[in-house]
Amino acid sequence: MINYFKLAYRNLGRHRRRSFLSGLALALGTALLMFIAAFFQGEMRSAMESTLRLNSGHLQVRDADYDPDKLSVAWEYLIENPSHIAAQIQTLDVVQTATPRLFASGIVSARDESVGVQIIGIDPASPANDPYRTLTAGEFLTADDRDGILIGYPLAQSLGLGVGDTLTLLVNTADGSVDQQPFTVRGIFTTGTTAYDKGIVFLPLAKAQAFSGAGDRASIIFVLLKDREQAEAVAAAISSPNYQVKTWRELNQLLVLVNDFSDAYLVVINFIILGVTVTVIVNTLLMSVFERTREIGILSAIGMKGRQIVTLFLTEAFLLAVGGVTAGTLIGWAASAYFGKVGIYFGDLGLSAEMLLEDRIYTYLTLESAINLIITAFVITLLASLYPAQMAARMEPVEALHGK
Amino acid sequence: MEVAKLTDVTRIYKVGQVETRALNGINLTIESGEFTSLVGPSGSGKTTLLQLIGCLDQPTSGSVVINGKETTGLNRNQRADLRKGTIGFVFQFFALIPTLTAYENVEMPLLLNGKSAAERRKRVMELLEAVGMADRANNRPDQLSGGQQQRVAVARALATNPKLILADEPTANLDTENGEQVMEIMKKLNKETGATFVFATHDPRVIKYANRVVTLQDGLILKDSQANGKQRGDQ
Repeated sequence: MINYFKLAYRNLGRHRRRSFLSGLALALGTALLMFIAAFFQGEMRSAMESTLRLNSGHLQVRDADYDPDKLSVAWEYLIENPSHIAAQIQTLDVVQTATPRLFASGIVSARDESVGVQIIGIDPASPANDPYRTLTAGEFLTADDRDGILIGYPLAQSLGLGVGDTLTLLVNTADGSVDQQPFTVRGIFTTGTTAYDKGIVFLPLAKAQAFSGAGDRASIIFVLLKDREQAEAVAAAISSPNYQVKTWRELNQLLVLVNDFSDAYLVVINFIILGVTVTVIVNTLLMSVFERTREIGILSAIGMKGRQIVTLFLTEAFLLAVGGVTAGTLIGWAASAYFGKVGIYFGDLGLSAEMLLEDRIYTYLTLESAINLIITAFVITLLASLYPAQMAARMEPVEALHGK
Repeated sequence: MEVAKLTDVTRIYKVGQVETRALNGINLTIESGEFTSLVGPSGSGKTTLLQLIGCLDQPTSGSVVINGKETTGLNRNQRADLRKGTIGFVFQFFALIPTLTAYENVEMPLLLNGKSAAERRKRVMELLEAVGMADRANNRPDQLSGGQQQRVAVARALATNPKLILADEPTANLDTENGEQVMEIMKKLNKETGATFVFATHDPRVIKYANRVVTLQDGLILKDSQANGKQRGDQ
């Protein structure tokens, strides 16, 4: 049997620099594909985790009339006996934690500056608050704190506030009026998501209820599940005419949509990158076919069939692909692993609460996508190489022998 | 025994609207063991005739029978198959594969014919010995002189023991000494193996080795004479 690998290897060796540059193009293309895939996956994972952890939870139980856009603490929008309901939900096996939260709108003032914020009343003891427990200074809230407030790092920066400083918080109350009160900054938190941290302040639930006139009521029961895919099943189990139960999919429609489309975006980007890369490979092989026209004629004259000529050129493409894709995989994997650890800093992307992104995006590459990309790069390279290979095989021996 | 029989063969090339009649109704029979020269001025149709006998090209009309098999109507792969086992080629330019050694160049037709490693080794060395190139077996073409390359090409043409060896101007790019050497080798192999050789040439050094000279002009056979001076009655 003809040793196509030996022939192909020697043919590639005729123009070492050209073969090297073609392999390099494929390597960089593959590395770029991997890195972009890792970036997209990291970004979507970050967006999903941040948004669910900080904002929506996996499930929210609300009063039947609750309107999240109003941030109103009027009693008709709120849930009564929220602690009791949260405790009941907490008894379900699949529930990790359930805790009442009260949302109100307010304005923070300090040193002649004012910033509109969302006030969130939380049960400080709940594990659902873990994302807020990373403090740059001070302490976390306690349930019986009556004048303490927790503010985000960017807000503290913009108002020049430190732990122990006093600010004035103005709130829209349950009866439609406003109230204001001085609070002492107990702690400054950071979630790593500036878009979130700059517009949120936390009070202990009891204090928030008293301050806003909400009584013993809460805006939502914030529920985290052990497995978010169980959200629909749990929602069905706890549904009641008095409440609306919203799953994370319903609460984050934009995010879910972007997540679903991200795969499609990725496919488009992959094909653009591969298209450019493969053009280089095809060009190399076409040059090779044109240069070796007479040689193809000789091989054909001594009895080499079209299929064998195709195999010869495809083997050359295969060797280029093995070298290029292997090097590209190593580069792409190394870059993804590195930026998966240190992250890429983007700062405040200014996204809405519907889709939160951490200031630093950590690349994340699954084995499945890496394997898919390797196979895709390989198959596309070989498919594209069919064109020059077929061109070589279809040459008439007489014309090829004359170098036409 | 007839190795090649051409009957009323024409070959017309069309370039745009212009038709060129390269062969204009040729009748020719090549018998086994012949050492035949096709001679004639440039454009007389020598190379075209050789290409048709070699199944590298197909006639516009007429019949070409090689080794008892009608070749008109065969597809590209069928013609490649026929060439592979029946016909060997020596070209004017030193048509070796530049990335392969002398040994590997001679081995290539044997590989295409599916011969075993042992058979290949024996045959390649036998042929390289016969053309005096055994000591250069591991050299690549760019390490060989023109004459040496052409000798390797002759060895390759004979590798599969073909019935018919076709050579297009085999000495055109060689000096006198190398040209003579190559012709001596081919003549010797013709005598020893009984293989049939057909040359297209206008080199008198080649013609003098031939035992039959077919003279072409304007796509027609002008004269067909044997070394003893007798005329043949093919046309």
